[in-house]
This record gives sequence, C-alpha cells and structure tokens, in this order.
Amino acid sequence: MHQAALLGGLIRDAPHYGWEVAQPVPHDWRKMAEAVQNHVKSLNWGHRVQLHDRKVKYFNVKAGFVDEHTVRGVAKGGKEILLSADHIVIATGGRPRYPAHVEGALEYGITSDDIFWLKESPGKTLVVGASYVALECAGFLTGLGLDTTVMMRSIPLRGFDQQMSSLVTEHMASHGTRFLRGCTPSQVRRLPDGQLQVTWEDCTTGKEGTGTFSTVLWAVGRVPDTRSLNLEKAGVDTSPNTQKILVDSREATSVPHIYAIGDVVEGRPELTPTAVMAGRLLAQRLFGGSSALMDYDKVPTTVFTPLEYGCVGLSEEEAVARHGQERVEVYHAHYKPLEFTVPGRDASQCYVKMVCLREPPQLVLGLHFLGPNAGEVTQGFAVGIKCGVSYVQVMQTVGIHPTCSEEVVKLRISKRSGLDPTVTGC
Amino acid sequence: VKELFSSLGTECYVLELDQVDDGAKIQEVLLEITNQKTVPNIFVNKVHVGGCDQTFQAYQSGLLQKLLHEDSAYDYDLIVIGGGSGGLSCAKEAAILGKKVMVLDFVVPSPQGTCWGLGGTCVNVGCIPKKLMHQAALLGQALHDSRKFGWEYNQQVKHNWETMTKAIQNHIRSLNFGYGLSLREKAVAYVNSYGEFVEHHKIKATNKNGQETYYTAAQFVIATGERPRYLGIQGDKEYCITSDDLFSLPYCPGKTLVVGASYVALECAGFLAGFGLDVTVMVRSILLRGFDQEMAEKVGSYMEQHGVRFLWKFIPVMVQQLEKGSPGKLKVLAKSTEGTETIEEVYNTVLLAIGRDSCTRKIGLEKIGVKINEKSGKIPVNDVEQTNVPYVYAVGDILEGKPELTPVAVQSGKLLARRLFGASLEKIYHTLFWPLEWTVAGRENNTCYAKIICNKFDHDRVIGFHILGPNAGEVTQGFAAAMKCGLTKQLLDDTIGIHPTCGEVFTTLEITKSSGLDITQKGCG
Repeated sequence: MHQAALLGGLIRDAPHYGWEVAQPVPHDWRKMAEAVQNHVKSLNWGHRVQLHDRKVKYFNVKAGFVDEHTVRGVAKGGKEILLSADHIVIATGGRPRYPAHVEGALEYGITSDDIFWLKESPGKTLVVGASYVALECAGFLTGLGLDTTVMMRSIPLRGFDQQMSSLVTEHMASHGTRFLRGCTPSQVRRLPDGQLQVTWEDCTTGKEGTGTFSTVLWAVGRVPDTRSLNLEKAGVDTSPNTQKILVDSREATSVPHIYAIGDVVEGRPELTPTAVMAGRLLAQRLFGGSSALMDYDKVPTTVFTPLEYGCVGLSEEEAVARHGQERVEVYHAHYKPLEFTVPGRDASQCYVKMVCLREPPQLVLGLHFLGPNAGEVTQGFAVGIKCGVSYVQVMQTVGIHPTCSEEVVKLRISKRSGLDPTVTGC
Repeated sequence: VKELFSSLGTECYVLELDQVDDGAKIQEVLLEITNQKTVPNIFVNKVHVGGCDQTFQAYQSGLLQKLLHEDSAYDYDLIVIGGGSGGLSCAKEAAILGKKVMVLDFVVPSPQGTCWGLGGTCVNVGCIPKKLMHQAALLGQALHDSRKFGWEYNQQVKHNWETMTKAIQNHIRSLNFGYGLSLREKAVAYVNSYGEFVEHHKIKATNKNGQETYYTAAQFVIATGERPRYLGIQGDKEYCITSDDLFSLPYCPGKTLVVGASYVALECAGFLAGFGLDVTVMVRSILLRGFDQEMAEKVGSYMEQHGVRFLWKFIPVMVQQLEKGSPGKLKVLAKSTEGTETIEEVYNTVLLAIGRDSCTRKIGLEKIGVKINEKSGKIPVNDVEQTNVPYVYAVGDILEGKPELTPVAVQSGKLLARRLFGASLEKIYHTLFWPLEWTVAGRENNTCYAKIICNKFDHDRVIGFHILGPNAGEVTQGFAAAMKCGLTKQLLDDTIGIHPTCGEVFTTLEITKSSGLDITQKGCG
C-alpha cells in the first residue's frame, strides 16, 4: 500500500518528465485492496504448498499446553486434537493492542489487522499512535488521497533516533498528514450517519477536542498472544510486564526442550528477518549439528513512511549515552535526490548521518538515512557495519554516481564543526 | 567598483563607453566575447571577472586579489585544462589550499553543432541527463503499474519529448551556473577558452571568437576528457547523432537505430524504448564488453523482452539521408560480420555509441613532449597522476588504465591537488634547541631537535611528537597522555612551560616546516 501511495507521487512527477497524464488522477481503493489481498492469499497458498512439499504436517488449530510435552489444538468447529513432541517451538507472535479506558475503542475502531483487508475505502481516518505502524499507515493513506490525522500522546517512533524521527514526521506534515500532538483519546461514539465522533484530551492545554472521522485506526502497540497458550501448564516463564516469553541466547525457554522465537519473545527486535533467521538457526542447532547462535546486534531496519527511513546500529542518543559526547563524532548531510530536481519535489528532509567513534579510525556505530529507497541504501552498509567498518574506510569507497546512497560515502561535515551540511552539486 | 580598486591601491584603465564615439559598438563586442551586456565590465590581468556583483564576489573570495597579484615566475600556480568532474574538483581543492588557479573549459561543438556549459561530460551529456531520462522512462513503467494499484486514468498515456528535454536542460543549466558560482567563491579564475600548449609552462587560450590569450603556470593538470567516436563511414558525421546531441535534441528522435553495445548504447536504447519509440540496437559482437557476461546477457534479454530489437553481428557501412526533417529519414546499409549478408533499413535517427576518444591529440602535448598512447590517445601516468613531463599531471577519463567514472575523477582530482600543494593533511612545527645543561659544558648547539605533526583538517590536533635530546623518555611520557586526550597545537600554546627545561620548548613552537624559516638557535634562547 506504501508502493501504491508512492505511485501516486510518481504520477504527479510524470508530466514534468514529458508524460501527458491529466491531473489529478483518482485512486480506487477497492481495486488496490483486491490486488493486494490476492497477492497475500497467493503467499498463504505458497506457504501451504511449501509445508506440504517438505512433509510438514499443518493443523489449522488454536493450540495450548496440556503439559510440557503435550499440546491441545482446537479447530474452528470445536474439534480437539492432542499432539505430543520431543521439542516444541512457540512462535505465536503478537496482535494489535486496543487501548484500555477508551469507550467505544473495541466496537468502533480498527487496527492494522483490518486495514489491509477493508473492501471499501476507510475515508477520512484518524490514526492513533506514534509507532512505525501508525506512521506508515497514516503515510500511505495520505498518499492515496485520504484525509488523514495522526494522534500522538508524546514522541514519534520511540526507541528510534529522535532527530530522524522528527524529520520523518516533518515530511509527513508538509505533505498533507495532520498531526494532533500531545493528545490522548477518551471516547469513540457512532453518530446516526455512521461516522465516528472521537473525543480527546489535549495534554498540554488540558482542553477537550472532538472530531468526526469515517475510520479510527488504533496503532498503539502490539501484545503477545500468550495467555491462551496455558504456558503455566508447561512451566514456561514470561515477563511479568509484557507477558512475552523469556529465553536465553539459544532461544530456549525456562523449560529446556521448549523454545520461542519471533515477536512473542522478550527483548528481541520485532522484525521478520530476525525471526526467520532465528527460526532457521534454531532448527540447525536442534537437528543439524550446528552451534551458531542468532546475533541480534546491528540489525538494520527501515520505516516505510512516505519519505523512508533506513537505519542500522546506534542512534545518536544511544551512542552519546554509551560513549559520551566527546568520544562521538557525527557526520551529516542534507542532499537532494537527482530524481526530485525535474519535478521540483521538496527535499528538505532528505538527510543522512553517520554516528562514529571520534578516535581514529572512527568506527561506525550507526547509520541513518532518510530518503527514497532507504531500505535498498541501508542494506549494504549494514554488512559493512557488521564487519566493523570505519569512517575512514567508508570515505575511501568510491561512490556510485548518480545515486542517493553515494551521499553516505561523501559525508565530510561533522556536527561538531558547525558547518552547513547541505550538499551542493557534484 | 572604481572605489574598490582604489581601496586596493590598484590603478585601473577605465574606458567610459558613453564618452567615446564607438561606445555602442564596443558594448556589442563585449557581449560577444564575455556574454555580458552591462557595464561595468571588468577584466583583470587578461581574465574577465564580470560585472559589479561578480567583482565583489571575487573580492570576497580572494580571487580578485589573486588575479591582481603578479608572481615573478608564472601567471598561475596551477592551470587546469578541462572543466569537468576531474578538473573542477582539482582546481577547487588547489584553491582551498591557497594556490592561484585557473580553469579553462571549452566545448568544441559536436558535428551536429551541439554545445554546452561548464561542468564537463557528467553534468551536460552524461550521468545527469542520462539518469533523468532513465527516470522518465521508469515513470512510464510506474504509470503502467499504478493502474494495478488502483490509480485510474486514460489507458494510453503519451510522452512529450520536448517537455522532458526542456525540463532536463533547465536543470543542467542550473548546475552549470552553480559551478561557475562555486569557482568564483573558491577564488578560481575561469576562462571559457580552448587551451593548448605552445611551449613549456605556457598555453594559448582561444575563445569562441578566435581571440588568443597566453597564460603561464608552474604546474598543469590535463582533464580534457573524451568525446564520442564516429564510425568513419560515409554519412556518419553528417547524419548521425551521439550522446553529445541526444540529451538536448529539440525534437523527438522517432524510430531510432542505436549502434553500439556499451552501457551508453544500452542505457540510451533502454530509455528511448521506455518512451514508446521503435528502437533497434546494432551490435558488432557482445554486449557490455568487460562486464560479467552472464549479467550482460540477462540485461540484453530483458531489453529484448521489453521492446528493443537487437541486430546481432552487424556493422553499418553507409548512412544516407532520404529526407530532411526534425527528425528526417535516414537509410542505413549494414553488413554482417560473419558473412556476406547485408541489410538496409530506414530510421528517423541513428545514434552512435561505439566508444569515446580522449581529447589529447590537439592540445599541443607534442610541443612539450608529453607522451600519449598513440593508439588510444590516453595518457599514461604514474601512481601520482604525473605524466612523463614532471610539471604536467592528468586526471579523469583520459588516463590510461583507470575506470572512466565521475566519482573516480572527482576523488583523484581532489587528492592530486592535496598531494601537489604540500603536505595537505599535516602542518609540522619544529625547532632546534640547546639544553641549558649543555651550554656551560660546551656541547654543541643546534643538535637537539623537537617537532610536532598536526592534522590541519582537525583543529591542528597533534598526531605526532618527536624529540631528539637528553631525557627524551621523561619528556615524552606526559605529552603522550595529552595526545591520547586529543592534544591540539592551541592547547600546547596555552600551556605554561616549566622553566628551564627541554620539554618547555614544545609550548613555544612557532615555525612551521612549510614556511622554510630558519630554526637555528643563535646564542642563548
């Protein structure tokens, strides 16, 4: 859906490049939803086929522990099945959280579980939350031409580099997304015409606000679905705060033959590639004679907001907290993607920074890139950072021209110097 | 401007155009030779500076003072021939290092008459317009995809070549302007003339009106780059175009034959097909010679599947014009490389992309004995980009055996300037000293030596500490701890010396090696 939104922007660029397309071009949610849903269904099918080919038995049941080696599965019709195993892996993931203490939240609001499956356009939408889920959804809804508002209690993208997070939301704000900062919702009512009326409190002024929306999308975090697993029957420990499962470096729970991977695990990044890799390595350790452990350090990721944010390693705040301001050097640049020039796109938030140790050869601690195709740009550098690349080595790498990623190897201005970090010309 | 020069104590020759009979005529000629209509129009030591704004800009950046300063031996410390990626980066870096630098850039019009501004191939007829046209073609694909993602508009979207080219040329012009401004700001003298050597250390600069001026310099950098090669067959120069012409072609090229198998040929064929044009690529042997051939084949297959016709193992032997026009109609006769088969076909445009030739044969290199590879025209250089003539260096696409890429030229230009003009990274302070204990004992003066090496680009941070003298270990230990803490020259200067000791000499270092000043001690400190 992010791609669908980006295409909207490209359609607007196209006339500048000579394509004679009458503007504005309307968007049909139903057509997109059907296409996206069909693709997802094909992936579902693909998984079924793969499991079948690998002779993995698949049961479509909701499972819970009976004892540490036995699991009871309940099918949709109520039929029960008991399965026992030598090893058990819990990979039940998480589900979106509904806010507590907001009247009407469950009855009238939807979550990311629903948005991708809506048959009709969500229309004027209020997205509540400041997570990447909230911002990504708000981002593509805006890009598809929908009136979108984001309501945040405090800061965007908690846990991410805050300078970068501000640039992300700044870009969204200057491209049509409305932000209600420092506000928390208190009630959602359905009006006679079917619209939803939301009441909120502005924490800074103490005043109450109201608004009318067609859809309210909750993106206030995800919770692990561990209660229905009956973990206490197996003796598997969870974190009292988060209800996530506690594991060691081998992904083993408090019960030696029971393992857990993915979003359900305490203290791990909630990312697909880490879960995939952890799962694979676990299987290799259990049955393939391997002893390789999953390394959760320096995991790259990208937030797919309208202007994408790719990062790997430490945020600037984390680096300073760990090493001290004096021992950290940050190189940065504001750049303009070549593709933005002809259509006159605003590149104010296109920015890259590299957080390094100050001491030569200046080990790179973190890379942060805000711009188009951020994921593509970040991936290669993540390998370098895993190898312990230094700023000097990055500087010695010849850029690929003309690209956005070459701006990383051309970083020369440090924050400390106070000089203007705007890139000018070749 | 008159006041400015008077404040600099410089005598000016002033020609008041409203007070001479042929004032209007002179203004016309000035427009021709300088592209400037207005007055005041200022020239300093044979270099056109500009009007009032430019003169003040040049004053602010130090360029004006440099132009006014007459060195005994040469007009300039460095003359760079060629204002492309390599030349400009070298010139700017040399100027930052305090040198008096001139850049000459001149575009010999293509056989079709195409010309362009400052910045070289990359900006004008290479990387930049190429990527923009590639982007334009990708947008065509994106438009196609977008319907599947729910965007609704008319089925057939047409592409307007003129709209695109105009937008791209506008962007290029802004880059040309930016480069000119950047040179002025860095105090580099820029002359839009064709440079060639006439004798050692001297070049002749000829502008577009044929006016000749001579300049001398201590060192030269040749960064003249390359131009597209022609086939050497009948009709090639008269009727065919190259990448020099494509990006500013004022009309859509229509049905196009691209001759060549280089990345230039494939990239151009690719985006032309993306605009919906009928494109054929004529390949003599293999695609993308020098690249991984499995990948090259995949590139070719993809293009074939997406509407590009390939004629394998053919070379053109004649191009005839059937009809004049924008575009016209050309008949191409081609011969197979593997037999007697010939083919004849009519196209609107023939684009030659068969390679590029270095611009090294007509710049007077033979007059000063700079050796070039006679076959390729490229200049062989050593590790430090030096030609066989010690004061002449070369950078960019004309170098033998180096990748022909913009970032390589930019980086090597910069590094070349840094190497040429002193220990760019380092500033070295040093002194000889006479330990007090040696004086009365009659031991030699001017034997003990102290020096520190500072990183100029990092606040003169001390990166090296050396002492030759008594109790060297005792002296060095403390300074070592200081260096680990990021010791700078300033901090040393701010430290009070312990007197009388040898170590205190490091708190009063003043003379740099590069100054060449005398460090011998005379009598007592």
